Amino acid sequence: MYPLLILLISLLSCDDSNNKQNPELKKSIERGAIVYEDFCMQCHLPDGKGVPKAFPPLDNSDYLKNKRSASIKAIKFGLSGKIIVNGETYNAAMAPQGLSNEEVADVMNYITNSWSNKNSKMITVEEVSKIQP
Amino acid sequence: MISKFIYILPIAFISFLSCAQDKNPVNTNHDYEVVVSDLSSPWGFVFLPDDSMLINEKDGRMIHFKDGKKTTIEDVPEVYNRGQGGLLDIALHPNYKENGWIYITYVSSEGEGDGGHTALMRAKFRDNKLIEKQLLYKATPNTTKGQHFGSRIVFDTSGHLFFTIGERGERDVNPQDITRDGGKVYRLNDDGTIPEDNPFVNEPDAKKAIYTYGNRNIQGMVLHPTTGEVWTHEHGPRGGDEINIVKKGANYGWPVISYGINYIGTKFTDKTAQEGMEQPLHYWDPSIAPSGMAFISSDKYPGWKGDLLVGSLKFEYVDKVVLKDGKVVKEERLLDGLGRVRTINESPDGYIYVGIENLGIVKLLPKK
Repeated sequence: MYPLLILLISLLSCDDSNNKQNPELKKSIERGAIVYEDFCMQCHLPDGKGVPKAFPPLDNSDYLKNKRSASIKAIKFGLSGKIIVNGETYNAAMAPQGLSNEEVADVMNYITNSWSNKNSKMITVEEVSKIQP
Repeated sequence: MISKFIYILPIAFISFLSCAQDKNPVNTNHDYEVVVSDLSSPWGFVFLPDDSMLINEKDGRMIHFKDGKKTTIEDVPEVYNRGQGGLLDIALHPNYKENGWIYITYVSSEGEGDGGHTALMRAKFRDNKLIEKQLLYKATPNTTKGQHFGSRIVFDTSGHLFFTIGERGERDVNPQDITRDGGKVYRLNDDGTIPEDNPFVNEPDAKKAIYTYGNRNIQGMVLHPTTGEVWTHEHGPRGGDEINIVKKGANYGWPVISYGINYIGTKFTDKTAQEGMEQPLHYWDPSIAPSGMAFISSDKYPGWKGDLLVGSLKFEYVDKVVLKDGKVVKEERLLDGLGRVRTINESPDGYIYVGIENLGIVKLLPKK
């Protein structure tokens, strides 16, 4: 009876089993939530949906999903010029926020695992440190 | 009948939930020209007597713009460029021609603890360098929080220096406590000493430079051209940006009273008024995210003399505010959609110059 229940629970929770198995990722996401509230939320909003034409969405964003390095680079060094997100063109600039590599990794782990986003491949400080302007 | 209601209710609900829209009409009765191009965040700028300009870029560069050419000034203090902080405002001493003093606000890491806090410095500009630098004020404690640094600098008609420091993301700690920095308007003598008649000089443990408190984040401050009063606007929470007139020792109520709500839509106070706390002259709902402030005191723009200009970061326009009997009676959009408006100044010759992010400095022109 017990093993069955455990099996059932682990089957049901399989969606985010990665987060559960990786306490480091979980902690990074928790720290990232604080960074997000402090530096990102005013423009990208609490629901990660951004503002049409001005600030691109992070929730269900093809850019964030497919352009991992470019996304890290944008957070680390800022971003200017045209980008296309979910078929919409955005031309506003994002200033560099002065975040440490650890904070960039944390906030990346937060935004790639929030709202409808899922990413089990954790962004590490080492990965961020290798991204050049 | 019922089916109609079924339709209307969700629509009303959705429109209620979705971002409130700014309804100020666009005024097209003006032109502009870009005077300084290719700036990323022109936070503050001044006009020197030789018609050149000093421009503060938030990232820490101070630029001398002369005869169409930009030169980066050396020996500018090291700036803690994080979140909304960096190199902020710049102002000239009222007797600049005689004494050469330039005042700047910026975020400094000086002192104990990680992070930074807003500082005020004066210096002189010579041979493309800042010299004779004097740190006049440094707020404490340092924090790594990324928001609400202020800061604007204004001299009043009696030579006092006013400057602002935001509450540094510590809403429930700083603004109502006069023993702590942040969420305040400060007043100093031009050499950084405390005026004897500052409101809290006799309060034990108070920061004696404080002139008003209960402010959130002031990024617009200007002297009224005829009354000599110091006017400010401040970023409120969602739906709570305000215009205020600075009154000695006054408490502007943040966060005990506010017309706004949290960014995430939750409430933090039910009160919009309380005895002993000032009511704003005006509040914006939806918030426009105000930065930069100037009065039109010249006759360069027919019919606009006396109007107040406020920059909108969020909706990317200059809000032309018409005032009557101490009330806002009309608002219109100028320079609509050019970009996030950071700074507005009236030049000595009476024209309005506007610092716009990722564009530069734009001169507002009357329609030909």
